[in-house]
Amino acid sequence: MSSFWNLWIWVLTIPVLVLCLVLLLWNLKNFVGVPEDQTTDHEVDGLKEYNNPLPKWWTYMFFATLIWSVFYLAAYPGLGNYKGFLGWTSSNQGIKSLEESRQAVELARAEGRYVELDVENAKADEVYGPVFQAFAKRDVLDLAYDAEALKIGQRLFLQNCALCHGSDARGQRGFPNLTDNDWLYGGTPDKIKETLLYGRKAAMPGWEAALGDQGIKEMTAYVLQLSGRAVNEKDAEAGKAKFGMCAACHGVDGRGSVAHNLPFGAPNLTDNIWLYGGSARDIEETLRNGRYGVMPAFKETLGEDKVHILTAYVYRLANPEDLR
Amino acid sequence: MSKNHHEKIEKSVGLLGIFTIIAISFGTLVQITPLMFLDETTQPIDGLKPYTALQMEGRDVFIREGCTNCHSQMIRPFRAEVERYGHYSVAGESVWEHPFLWGSKRTGPDLARVGGRYSDDWHYAHLMDPRSVVPQSNMPAYPWLDTNILDGKYTARKLEIFRSFGVPYTDEDIAGAAEAVKGKTEMEALIAYLQSLGTALK
Repeated sequence: MSSFWNLWIWVLTIPVLVLCLVLLLWNLKNFVGVPEDQTTDHEVDGLKEYNNPLPKWWTYMFFATLIWSVFYLAAYPGLGNYKGFLGWTSSNQGIKSLEESRQAVELARAEGRYVELDVENAKADEVYGPVFQAFAKRDVLDLAYDAEALKIGQRLFLQNCALCHGSDARGQRGFPNLTDNDWLYGGTPDKIKETLLYGRKAAMPGWEAALGDQGIKEMTAYVLQLSGRAVNEKDAEAGKAKFGMCAACHGVDGRGSVAHNLPFGAPNLTDNIWLYGGSARDIEETLRNGRYGVMPAFKETLGEDKVHILTAYVYRLANPEDLR
Repeated sequence: MSKNHHEKIEKSVGLLGIFTIIAISFGTLVQITPLMFLDETTQPIDGLKPYTALQMEGRDVFIREGCTNCHSQMIRPFRAEVERYGHYSVAGESVWEHPFLWGSKRTGPDLARVGGRYSDDWHYAHLMDPRSVVPQSNMPAYPWLDTNILDGKYTARKLEIFRSFGVPYTDEDIAGAAEAVKGKTEMEALIAYLQSLGTALK
């Protein structure tokens, strides 16, 4: 704060406090010319006005607020650039970037200043940090069958994941079921963790322009046939002939990118599990307009240690049996 | 009796009003006026971007539908809030907000950093029918947003007005504003707005 505004605040605050005191003392005098507790001779409809003083406790309250304000302004940052003798602040001010925020935390600690939020955070880290760090050192497969870790994992899941995947983790249209061990990006602990930390962005392009109405119809038939449904053979045959453009992501056999070790997140089309619905109409809509599913990244939100435990929880959802 | 000045103030409403305003104005002068001139409260944070034309329309949908009645956009510097929502809100994030939508009522969660937290598809499902994704939610559904089409009639004017407040819109931004939102639904605009919230400090 510039010295002008600093001065501005001092000049407008301190004299006003003094003014309040003067005004209070001045008003405690009896101006009415009538002793206290006597009638002033004003009478309206038989009601007489008395000269009653302010109750004593009320008067003292006025003084108390003034004394409190002096203490408060001395102790806490209130007067311009003056920091207060307690050195207390609620949080670091004037932050312009996350990096600046981190530096401000470091600086306050180095200078021994009391920043309420930083102190709260440090206390929490002291209590909960070791708990998460202990879990972070252990293998995901180990945690996946550890009752304590799963309890924490479930909490994290309900708070962060259930909004899309459902509290039972069975997903819904557009948001994958996590309990069926069918994976878009891989179900190994490493892959699950990667998905949680950095998120995923799927890109199934729309094929309406390339295939045309007839082409969409034929491809729909072939995709249905891949998962073992009865369809018009002729349409399916024609669709199969054009499947080359789909094979780049879904594989020649349509078994999806995980089966072929590809990173595209293209689903397996042969297993009759459908992210956007498996009716002819749903598949047609997918083919026409494409699908762009997004899994948000949780690295910043949760931090790596919590994601580690969450990975174990998600792994366990799909692998209820401990097969180690 | 002539010495009784207090009586004069007590018995004249006009005089009492004037003195009350003078008394209150000290608080305003001390607490509000300096904030209009300080770097901490008037300079944008690093990487802050003005709303795009579509986001600006989404912001107006947000205001029109009364979202601020239930959702604040202000993460206070408490651990419980920072842990749930992310970094506490800072002054430099709001310098281009006219008016700011900090709000003070939280029936639903704070939205100051909701940008990027959920996918566009999730927002769509959630706005069409909140119970479809959050069974215990008591938020109303907003299905009409999906059928209301923006015509972009006032979009350029809105950006112009914001530019007059000091938001750095270029001539191209304003010239292309109507085109940028034409044919989009209010739903798309609102989701674009929500996805932009708080992302500059994330």
